[in-house]
Amino acid sequence: MFDRYRGRPDAVRALVQDDRVHRDLYLSEELFALEREQFFAATWNYLGHASQVPNAGDYLTQDIAGRPLVMVRQPDGGLKVLYNRCAHKGTQLVSDPCGNTGKFFRCPYHAWTYRLDGAPLALPLKAGYGGTQLRQCESGRGMVTLANVVVYRDFVFVRLSEAGPSFEDYFGDVLQAIDNLVDRSPEGRLVVAGGAMRNIIHCNWKMYLENINDTVHPMSTHESATQAANQLWAGHGPDDPKPMAMEQILPFGAGYDFFDRMGGRVLANGHSVLGVNFSIHSNYAQVPEYEAAMTAAHGVERAADILQRSPQNAVLFPSLAAKGSPQAIRVIRPLAADRTLVEAWAFRPAGAPDLLFERSLTYNRLVFSPMSIVAHDDVALFESMQQGLRADGNEWISLHRDHRAGEADTPVQTVNGTNEILMRNQFRAWAHFMTQGMEAVA
Amino acid sequence: MTDGLFTEDVLSRFVEDEAALLDDGRYDEWLDLFAADGHYWVPLLGARQADPHTHNSIAYEDRLLLQLRIERLKNPRAHSQHPPSQGQHVLQRPRVVSVDPEAGVAVLRTPFLYVEARGERELLLTGRYRHTLVREAGVLRLQQKRVDLLQPERPLPAIQLFI
Repeated sequence: MFDRYRGRPDAVRALVQDDRVHRDLYLSEELFALEREQFFAATWNYLGHASQVPNAGDYLTQDIAGRPLVMVRQPDGGLKVLYNRCAHKGTQLVSDPCGNTGKFFRCPYHAWTYRLDGAPLALPLKAGYGGTQLRQCESGRGMVTLANVVVYRDFVFVRLSEAGPSFEDYFGDVLQAIDNLVDRSPEGRLVVAGGAMRNIIHCNWKMYLENINDTVHPMSTHESATQAANQLWAGHGPDDPKPMAMEQILPFGAGYDFFDRMGGRVLANGHSVLGVNFSIHSNYAQVPEYEAAMTAAHGVERAADILQRSPQNAVLFPSLAAKGSPQAIRVIRPLAADRTLVEAWAFRPAGAPDLLFERSLTYNRLVFSPMSIVAHDDVALFESMQQGLRADGNEWISLHRDHRAGEADTPVQTVNGTNEILMRNQFRAWAHFMTQGMEAVA
Repeated sequence: MTDGLFTEDVLSRFVEDEAALLDDGRYDEWLDLFAADGHYWVPLLGARQADPHTHNSIAYEDRLLLQLRIERLKNPRAHSQHPPSQGQHVLQRPRVVSVDPEAGVAVLRTPFLYVEARGERELLLTGRYRHTLVREAGVLRLQQKRVDLLQPERPLPAIQLFI
């Protein structure tokens, strides 16, 4: 049954109601195929970080929505993103996740070569192409370059489709989340370090993304981890210095009131910031030498402003979630309707003490590793929901909490931290970008 | 001084018994095998990783964190353990890499297969262990159990127990 939604924008829009969404959003392989064609092509998706390709010829391969891409550092210091496909027969020009290709790309199959910007350089038996139409053909033009690539403070985003909103119009104020991450370096520069945690989760990508904006689950979902932590830490006073792991795990057990008061903000196009007032990351021990370096770099007021902002999560819809402190990002890379790859990366802020990097590594290890102490219960429940939604009798998922009629008319608003508007906002953006370029079948 | 702790047979038996405790779910006894400053380490780069501080790890845990993990597994609200996971280790014979009875330190290398099953799913992991054993109060203790997985950087599903 592969024709329920293709060419039917009204049917797609009907899946997202004001205060609930239909289960097909999570289950339908047809919708997943349409997401790849339409939704992920029209939105801006995170590819990688410029610090991963420091020198000319350095490259990073990445699949985005089924398209094999390669980001490569140019001789002039710029970055280009190309389709990782030989113009001749389609061989992937590089097959390692990252590396250095030298001064040009050389296809391992027939030795066609390309400059680092994808332009054709040479091919064997050149005389054999005289008098043919190769030059006029796509195959004669070299590797295909992505036109829409933006490097924002070293974070590299791409839009696959020719048409769609500009980078600035698309992200708007949520870019402050990246500013906050980068400004936490006294030198204004981050370096990706420590490798990526890569998790395969058998659930729909939107379910994972929703959970990043969900503050009501920690008390019940993470009860096993927080009870064990509390039990081990019992007997210590509230101000006793905690091992870093305890400092990071114990706040997961905060109550509903804490999460409600932390506040949230929705922005146009599905973006959001959770924890605009404070978060579970707000009370990590202070580091005087770091604060001194930040003050020297940014001035007292600005340094304080940067450091006191530590949202729970900022979602750069649909592929990136950022934590200012402990300087970690998660990248959501959908693989199928019921399979999602989630990568977690850590940063080393240039000019900051090693302790900050250690916090980033420790957090990722405790929370985002395949052997996480905290996430096992999340993952088990996502997989449970993915199965449970197949149950007949109720085709809808409730997003009613704190819903107010007409709320969608205000694209930017600040709300209580347990408000499901952060999720409703994601689904409204999903419906918009799914259908905006969709031709209705007559 | 030879107290018989550092013979190949005794050292190998330690590694085999250690895996058996995990397979039997006797985690408190397993934790007792660790020295006071002992660590359990699954490097993200596998055998290529030099240390746990400059690169991340899938797990790098001291006794406090291991105990946290074990207490969590006992908690009835550990949702991921309904149904519970079960693990099975299959070991090749441990090889003694180095032994220094005077200093009271021995290192063993043991190729393994590990299967973790839960519900209808089974996860197969393979690699090699590097056990660093020390003499503590007349018995052998684990200073470090290092788990070098084959392809640890690839996308992995949840690993619930101890590899």
